Amino acid sequence: MRVLVIEDDRVTLDFIVQGLTESGHVADGADNGKDGLFRALEELYDVIIVDRMLPGLDGLSLIQTLRAEGKTIPILILSALGEVDHRVEGLRKGGDDYLVKPFAFSELLARVEVLGRRRESESPESTLNVGDLKLDLLARLVTRAGRPITLQPREFRLLEHLMRHPGQVVTRTMLLEKVWDYHFDPQTNVIDVHVSRLRSKIDKGFEYPLIHTVRGVGYVLRVPEEASA
Amino acid sequence: MYPKKLLRSTALRLAFGYVALFGISALVLLAFIYWSTASYMEQQSDETIEAEIVGLGESYRLTGLNGLRATILQRLGRRPAGSSIYLLTDGHYAKIAGNLDRWPEVEPDEDGWLNLELNVSVSVTSGGQEVSTHPARAKPFLLPGGFHLLVGRDLYELRVFRTRLVRALGWGLALTVALALAGALVVSRSRLRRIGAINDVMGEVMAGNLSRRVPEGATSDDIGELSAKLNGMLSELESLVEGVRRVSDNIAHDLKTPLARLKTRLERLRQTRPDAEVDKAIEEADRLLATFGALLRIARIESGERRAAFQNVDLTAVIDDVAELYAPLIDEGDKKLVLHNAPGIVVPGDRDMLFQAVANLLDNALKHTPPEGRIELSLGRANAHVEIAVADDGPGVPAEERENVLARFYRLDQSRTTPGSGLGLSLVAAVVGLHHGEVVLADNAPGLRVVMTLGYSAAVS
Repeated sequence: MRVLVIEDDRVTLDFIVQGLTESGHVADGADNGKDGLFRALEELYDVIIVDRMLPGLDGLSLIQTLRAEGKTIPILILSALGEVDHRVEGLRKGGDDYLVKPFAFSELLARVEVLGRRRESESPESTLNVGDLKLDLLARLVTRAGRPITLQPREFRLLEHLMRHPGQVVTRTMLLEKVWDYHFDPQTNVIDVHVSRLRSKIDKGFEYPLIHTVRGVGYVLRVPEEASA
Repeated sequence: MYPKKLLRSTALRLAFGYVALFGISALVLLAFIYWSTASYMEQQSDETIEAEIVGLGESYRLTGLNGLRATILQRLGRRPAGSSIYLLTDGHYAKIAGNLDRWPEVEPDEDGWLNLELNVSVSVTSGGQEVSTHPARAKPFLLPGGFHLLVGRDLYELRVFRTRLVRALGWGLALTVALALAGALVVSRSRLRRIGAINDVMGEVMAGNLSRRVPEGATSDDIGELSAKLNGMLSELESLVEGVRRVSDNIAHDLKTPLARLKTRLERLRQTRPDAEVDKAIEEADRLLATFGALLRIARIESGERRAAFQNVDLTAVIDDVAELYAPLIDEGDKKLVLHNAPGIVVPGDRDMLFQAVANLLDNALKHTPPEGRIELSLGRANAHVEIAVADDGPGVPAEERENVLARFYRLDQSRTTPGSGLGLSLVAAVVGLHHGEVVLADNAPGLRVVMTLGYSAAVS
């Protein structure tokens, strides 16, 4: 995945670029808005990470310019704490996701990977399939290996979100934002209990597990290699 | 002005003191006036009688019995309804002349005076006569030749005057006290109003609003000076508190970035060299990050910036969502969540922060409820305000600690060993403050009941 990082703080920029490179992506950095905009218009990227506060051209204007040029590339906005975090404003101006600094790199990575593959997965499908698990969005039915599974509405949305991003790490914060639609900071393992309930319904008694825990980061839904091999 | 408050004011107490002092002084003064006036008049009357006796004795010596009788009759005739009493008798007390029928049977006192009671017939306006008793004072005198002379005076007029004097002086005293009292009320009320204003401001400052200032007014009296000094002190206090807060916020912010990097490096290290020690280090870093995150979030909420982004929040839905999110976790701990939600409550606010506040309270309740415990979450209207309450049946918080647990990093001794940053309730307090409300910790008997009252009247969608 090719990622453009536009960030004026050199330390943070290097840190993100290095982290993305180590995770197997190709990352370019720009330390001001104008360079960033130029590169974003000239070259092809899968995701752009842009800091909200930039010298020269600020992040939100940059995004508006890109969108006005007809670029639909997914954009992740970084925002420093202490500013008024107008998440809504950032998203309305054309951003696709919003992350408040300072952040854990694993959180940024998970979001970038989800954003980069979003275009393929968010086509208007009526069924989602991962391995032998099938989710029918219209009939709101879930079956695994042909056996129907009864889910609560929230469990259905949780599974839907995981199945829309198969093989991608989804963090707890992302689940709270996308499935529950709240931006908040749980003090307890409140998400884990929901995932483990879902897991007991769709993994228990089947050939192989589909929901996997990624330590310290979140969860991933995928068919294990030994099972697909 | 509130009468109770007025009664408690030092200004009024001082004024009452002055009224009492003033009243007593006036009483002493008036008593002296009375005493000197009354005794002077009685003395005057006695002296007149004695002078008359001397005069009549002289008249007897010069003109004889007949001359004396003529003089007496003349005097009586001159003042028929006057207050003089004369009686001239022979040696056997038989009346010769005078306006008394017979010699009174009264023992003279040590100075030779007789204190009499006269029956006087008075013409009444309705016609006819009425007999009334008048006090009188008289002195007997023995004339040469064995004749007895009694000269006296009806004291009725004098007594009437004395009564009038007492009444007048009494009214004077009452008027003095009343005027002093009114003056005291006026003076103390104006002072009380100014002191009350200072008191109100101090109450608000104690409640956390350090930006309030005492009205200084134009007068540069002692209260004005006190107000100015208090304001100076408040400004100093505010800047100190602000400074401390800024420092701690800056520290949190400056440390959070390297901490986040540290965590990332540890995560990378774990990928290449899985190790239990690295896992523990990551956990520690997470805990630190969570604490700093909470501190910064509180700082941001308290700055009030988020108010600009307030929108109408369907609180009923928020409460449902929190309950739904936490129900499995509460279930897992063999505890029970009871939800009392009111329909259609909408308030202007920050949806995420309100969610966070309720979630923090549920986290807290969960932490402190024993297994089989019961947690109650309720939303409702109370006195035109919106109230969110979370109650548990855990150990609760002692009454004297309830204020403290809202402060940053404050933890009860018994919960020092349980995980937590001591910031959960501070964040709740900050969120509620953002929504112009207040948090009250109460006894749930047993357990703790936290009530968040939002400062908005409940709108119905």
